[in-house]
Amino acid sequence: MIGILVSVINGLLLGSIYGLAAIGLTLIFGVMKVINLAHGAMIALGMFALYFLATSGGMNPYLALPLVAIGGFVGGVAVYWIGVHRVIGRAELMSLLATFAVSMIIIGLGTALWSTSPYNVQINIPGVAIGNYTIPGNHLVAAVIAILIAAALYLFLFYTRLGKAIRAVASNRQAAELMGIPSTRVLAIAFGIGIGIAAVAGALIATLFPFTILSGGGYELKSFVVTVLGGLGNPAGALLGGLLLGFIEGVVSPFVDVSWTPVIEFSLFVVILIAFPMGLFRVGRGK
Amino acid sequence: MKKLALSLLISASLTAPAISYAKDIVIGFTTSETGKLNADSTPQLQGFELWRDQVNAAGGIKVGNDHYKVKFVKYDDQSTASRVQQLYVRLVTQDNANFLFSPYSSGLTATAAIISEQYGKVMITTGAAEGKTYELGNQYLFQMYTPANLYLASALDAVKAKDPGAKIALIYENGGFAKAVAKGAKQYAGKLGLNVVMDEAYDPSTTDFSPILNKVVTSGATVLIGGGHFADGSTLARQLHEQNMKLKMISLLVAPDVPKFVELGDAAYGVSVPSQWEPEVKFTPDFGPTAAQFTKEYKARYHVTPGYHAAGGYASGIVLEHAIEQAGSLDTDKVAAALNKMNATTFYGNIQFATDKSDHGLQIGHDMVLAQWQKDSQGKLGKQVVWPAAAGTAPLIYPISK
Repeated sequence: MIGILVSVINGLLLGSIYGLAAIGLTLIFGVMKVINLAHGAMIALGMFALYFLATSGGMNPYLALPLVAIGGFVGGVAVYWIGVHRVIGRAELMSLLATFAVSMIIIGLGTALWSTSPYNVQINIPGVAIGNYTIPGNHLVAAVIAILIAAALYLFLFYTRLGKAIRAVASNRQAAELMGIPSTRVLAIAFGIGIGIAAVAGALIATLFPFTILSGGGYELKSFVVTVLGGLGNPAGALLGGLLLGFIEGVVSPFVDVSWTPVIEFSLFVVILIAFPMGLFRVGRGK
Repeated sequence: MKKLALSLLISASLTAPAISYAKDIVIGFTTSETGKLNADSTPQLQGFELWRDQVNAAGGIKVGNDHYKVKFVKYDDQSTASRVQQLYVRLVTQDNANFLFSPYSSGLTATAAIISEQYGKVMITTGAAEGKTYELGNQYLFQMYTPANLYLASALDAVKAKDPGAKIALIYENGGFAKAVAKGAKQYAGKLGLNVVMDEAYDPSTTDFSPILNKVVTSGATVLIGGGHFADGSTLARQLHEQNMKLKMISLLVAPDVPKFVELGDAAYGVSVPSQWEPEVKFTPDFGPTAAQFTKEYKARYHVTPGYHAAGGYASGIVLEHAIEQAGSLDTDKVAAALNKMNATTFYGNIQFATDKSDHGLQIGHDMVLAQWQKDSQGKLGKQVVWPAAAGTAPLIYPISK
């Protein structure tokens, strides 16, 4: 019984990070209707940014997170102006191809620069013992940080002028422009925030598991599942969707071989897609 | 100006080695420069390249009265079977390879073996322990590694000797090699009367082992045996340490023998690895360097102590070289016949290939050892040969006291 409880706790801790990663994806979709296929590559870049700040830069990995976020934001704004801005409002396939091209460039460069051997960020935080089981300390810290960032984003979107502008553009770009909101600049900022969050999620994952430049792919896939659970374009739903996905993984894994977990996960994904096409958590004010 | 050019030409001709090669022997292979097998494949490639450069510096391979220079044609297989299939066809049909080395891993080698047999090319396989490939009636495959079903025999012998009542968890990568190892280990554990309390495979791309480790705790296992390759094995070792698992013994495949494993720090301590070769072994070779000479040359070039992947790569070269010289020809059938006859000791250990139709080319002469990461008096991590005890350089630490 304790084993199942520990498994569920582990699942929820990881789920909060899945949720954070998915917030980056869903924010971009919600504001500009772009499905960002470079999301996984950006997560992987966040992992490497943390690695180099912690090893070459000698920084405490957790203190390096704001720098990763800023770097992700600046990189995101740059990607927006170079690859995304021209295809906004055109056929969806155009933005898919544009972001896919960005992903291929990043993965190609990353492979050439860093190979595909796994990298590790060394963190030693004592775990919490429950009977014979241990919940790793770095998982607990990462989950707390993920939830704090998600909460900060919520406050930013709902209680700051810029956040309200982002939501206004997401709601109706033309009306927002008529109100004097510079929508193009707001879109660039929103894209930068989405990428910054993806990069920080990647950095948090790097404190838990080894990674390569290809590691973002798996989390990108999970982000899509989470956004479907939470509803596309709904940041609050994404966090809840992440927690739900982690919970499912935690509940299922003690009873079946671990290789069956994704089968069950994705079967559930298909069922939800059919039964609740708008997502399970289409509540609240987030769009 | 003309005088300068002339003097440069003369000095170049005086300093150049006086070797005239008849022509090249082309050896083709793929290596995983990218993809999940990169860390495992790199030392194997380094072993190949060290051998090539030493052979060419010493005058090449002697075939009859001629000296042939060894030339490699290699491609990046990206750790994927589809690339291996395309590239081995290319190596044979476009690059005109005389002989082939295998890619790294059992899975990729099984794919390459279809091509090498189809085109009738001798392929020395290294980094590929799964035995099934040799039970398909192949004529030109020759295996350097001890087959997978015997991989964990030394670890289980050690458990039997130290703690016959141990509860064993078999946790392994869901791939051809690791599954073959686990199947052999389970059978061997049964033969020894050991208690296997858990048997579970995981996806090769697994990065979060928490669900499996929770099950290991629930099962009450005291010994964990398994793993697969570097990426998953090093992750598993790290998470075993992070989750403070109270295990008496941890024995993982492949990963602990890759030099990068030491980067895990304390998580590496006590972890053992069934090894095809260790630098400390002392065989008297019939041909080629001693283990000490190979280790010295390798360290001088790559600045790291070689593991068995590198040794397997280098040994593949000297075995092929010896067979070509014995055959006195580059003819595939004559070289294959020389390999079939081989029963020789190298720095890497004894080499003999099965010649029966049912398992032709399977390695039957080579034995494995068990190595363990231990700390010296200064607390520095290093690998020691711990089993068989008679050949060991240090006693096995059992139970691991972290």
